[in-house]
Amino acid sequence: MKTHVIVFPGSNCDRDVAVAIQNIIGSSPEMVWHKDSTINQSDLIVVPGGFSYGDYLRCGAMASTSPIMKSVIENANKGVPVMGICNGFQILIESGLLQGALMRNSSLSFICRDIIIKPTNTKTMFTNKSTISKMPIAHNEGNYFANSNQIKEIEDNDQIAFQYCDENGDINSHSNPNGSINNIAGVFNKSKNVLGMMPHPERAAESIHGCDDGRNIFESLLS
Amino acid sequence: MTSSNWHFDTEKSLVESHGLKLDEFEKIVEGLGREPNLTELGIFSAMWNEHCSYKSSKYWLKKLPTSGERVIQGPGENAGVIDIDDGDVAVFKMESHNHPSFLEPYQGAATGVGGILRDVFTMGARPVANMNALRFGDPNHPKTKHLVSGVVGGIGGYGNCIGIPTVGGEVNFHPSYNGNILVNAMTVGIAKKDKIFYSAAAGIGNPVVYVGSKTGRDGIHGATMASAEFDDDSEEKKPTVQVGDPFTEKLLLEACLELMKEDAIIAIQDMGAAGLTSSSIEMASKGNVGIDINLSKVPIRAANMTAYELMLSESQERMLMVIQPKKEELARSIFKKWDLEFEVIGEVTDTKKLILHMDGEEQASIPINILVEDAPEYQRDYIVNDPSPLISFESKDFKDKDILGDLLKMISHPNLCSRKWIWEQYDHMVMADTVVRPGSDAAVIRVHGTNKGIAISTDCSPTYCRHNSYEGGKHAVVETWRNIVASGAEPIAITDCMNFGNPEKPEIMGQFVECIRGMGDACSKLNYPVISGNVSLYNETNGEGIYPTPAIGGVGLITDLSNTMTIDLKNEGNILCLIGESNNHLGNSHYLSIIQSREDGGTPSINLDDELKNGKFILDCISKKLLKSVHDVGEGGVLVAIAEMCISGKQGIKIDITKDFLHGFFFGEDQARYLVEVSQNKLQQLEIDASKSAVKIERIGEIGGTSISINSIGEVELSSLIDHHTKWFNEF
Repeated sequence: MKTHVIVFPGSNCDRDVAVAIQNIIGSSPEMVWHKDSTINQSDLIVVPGGFSYGDYLRCGAMASTSPIMKSVIENANKGVPVMGICNGFQILIESGLLQGALMRNSSLSFICRDIIIKPTNTKTMFTNKSTISKMPIAHNEGNYFANSNQIKEIEDNDQIAFQYCDENGDINSHSNPNGSINNIAGVFNKSKNVLGMMPHPERAAESIHGCDDGRNIFESLLS
Repeated sequence: MTSSNWHFDTEKSLVESHGLKLDEFEKIVEGLGREPNLTELGIFSAMWNEHCSYKSSKYWLKKLPTSGERVIQGPGENAGVIDIDDGDVAVFKMESHNHPSFLEPYQGAATGVGGILRDVFTMGARPVANMNALRFGDPNHPKTKHLVSGVVGGIGGYGNCIGIPTVGGEVNFHPSYNGNILVNAMTVGIAKKDKIFYSAAAGIGNPVVYVGSKTGRDGIHGATMASAEFDDDSEEKKPTVQVGDPFTEKLLLEACLELMKEDAIIAIQDMGAAGLTSSSIEMASKGNVGIDINLSKVPIRAANMTAYELMLSESQERMLMVIQPKKEELARSIFKKWDLEFEVIGEVTDTKKLILHMDGEEQASIPINILVEDAPEYQRDYIVNDPSPLISFESKDFKDKDILGDLLKMISHPNLCSRKWIWEQYDHMVMADTVVRPGSDAAVIRVHGTNKGIAISTDCSPTYCRHNSYEGGKHAVVETWRNIVASGAEPIAITDCMNFGNPEKPEIMGQFVECIRGMGDACSKLNYPVISGNVSLYNETNGEGIYPTPAIGGVGLITDLSNTMTIDLKNEGNILCLIGESNNHLGNSHYLSIIQSREDGGTPSINLDDELKNGKFILDCISKKLLKSVHDVGEGGVLVAIAEMCISGKQGIKIDITKDFLHGFFFGEDQARYLVEVSQNKLQQLEIDASKSAVKIERIGEIGGTSISINSIGEVELSSLIDHHTKWFNEF
């Protein structure tokens, strides 16, 4: 599998996701600098977490206009799997590949801890191995929002990827860490080849992380 | 020199407003052979303040042990360096940002983190962990909440953005910090042993390069401000606090590390306190050379900056380097790639002087040795107060049935309650190498790409230091040592942050001297040297000083990560044992302060032989895989430690012990003790090994159930313990 990880100024999970890809998919990804303009042939493009451009403007807004994003969008439209994690999710929303918005956490503070998510649609290339999974979140703006029309569209098209839930898989307000509407933790585009998610699967990818549930997303891409 | 016989052209008030004593000014004139101009006066002020010159502390700091088998670089560089095998080194230091954080908590704390990160990556290390030690005033003081929120926000804001995990720290509250909070930030980095970078300038004619952010007017005289006491008008000093830009620092970090892979850098120094002044002078002094700087070349972001302002600005995220002339274009292209400033602003000379030009005119010419070697050094008068006397307690004055209620009160107190609210605001997992997260005895970080780890702990007990500075100094060192042992690591070395009041007061100086003596004895005995550190004096407001607070950051090595230990109880049916002697020491304990609102009695004394013996025993048991969890018995005593283990592991325990003085046993703060979890089938071996090593071991109880129960006294449910433990910050 030929994989690519985009590096923006301020990306800080680029190495972590590269290590996870190397360990799980078995080959190391090509790190693509944001000023490059093309990705020719790819089986997976990851937009990693971090604070691209310091998130000094709305999170992801500056990065979404970076030269490389044109190529990411072209690849996504051709059906290449594209995955945005945390800041990467914010960037994919800002670039128009995914619907909705990510607002400030309802607690108004940064949250770093393990949460549990449940796959809502397990018939996609990213989630065909997913079950109820534990993995960390670490963000300030992960409060997913979409208006009622958009939510209906997303639901009707099975575009919700993950929802925050409790240990028993129940989706309720106690298991919602950031105020996201309908506990949404991740969404797909219409054709399900673009995934954006706030939780960090690359931080739950080996035994020293205390949990390796994040592996199933990468393993799913292999199958 | 007194005020009355002032005979210089320079206004006396100008000298005083630069924080210089009148006889220090006389010394400047003597050294230069003339009176300094304003820029030069500013430079002397910046170099000779307490923060940069260590003039009150240097004499005493030299008494600390600083060498050891694994020490590669001791104090004196940007950070200390230790050998962690296989060609790897750990680089670390802790630094204070107390004064600015009190004035502007978010930016003060944020730039504290930024500064210590630069100290570490200047040495060629990629930072892998941030820690901190924080002290705030009375929890009910009107400013406390604002300061806590601001400091936590600032530490998180900077560390999260740059992508270095903040893996732990310690926080305590005491009224002595009402007017002076303490923010001590520590960074640990990893480098290769043959790729360490130092600050000594070399090679006459080599270019001196400025990289990073542009220079503005922020932070002028920050270091001088940090070397003075506060009064009611201190709020007016807010403009001396710098503003942090973690995004630019991330770019600077990546650009520096990228350039460090090339053979281009001869010397590198971050622009921290006193900015361009201290960085250029330190590089010249260490290299025994001179430096010429053309200030017109310095990248600026404010118009019409003067030489004085350029030299004293503490704008953040800047570095000074001496590079190989042939590599200039390569270096420039790397910094350009990262959208950072890169400007050759001067050259290395053989004059041994700092010479500044601007707009074609000479602005300053100062021999380096006057600024550095001839800087004032004081052996301040000191008085050592008698330690607070020991007091004895009798069991008849305590009611056993109160024990569980007292426990709940203690674990809900701000000084002992859960810090989860704080560390959930820090990204403690970025870099994906965090093995032990915050909330255990020590944080453990994997050395990337290996199966070894480093354990890190910060600690200090100011009330112990206040009532017996010698034992308190020992305690601060030993507490981190024990935390590191409890995590399964071999303790290697420490960094220190010496936070004290006004050293011109003999009793404050006495506290300093005694704390150093205690620390030195502990470090020597435990083979746990000091490899870097920082001194923060004048932590006083309206003449009232803080408690003596020598904060310690310790680092240890775990050669095999499968030996990592945490505090959470693991399995039902296992037995919890106490290692070490208990002597019911309630003096100066958390029990007294929380339950009886008393702060009296002696500081528990530390028998360093016992510490060494018990610590070695614990490490030995861990390597033999005898233990399931380990927790050092610290603040609050045995029962608080048991509660923490239960809460962490979501396991209950049936405590079955008989003692004449249960309060003394459960809440006494005797030293050199650990709680260990062992499975039933290894219990006997553990007890035999303990007896062979002459280590005291006691069975405490069997793990299991959903409560802590104590025979004959009663029980308290885990859910109630958790509620009490998390309540205070949840309602914050």
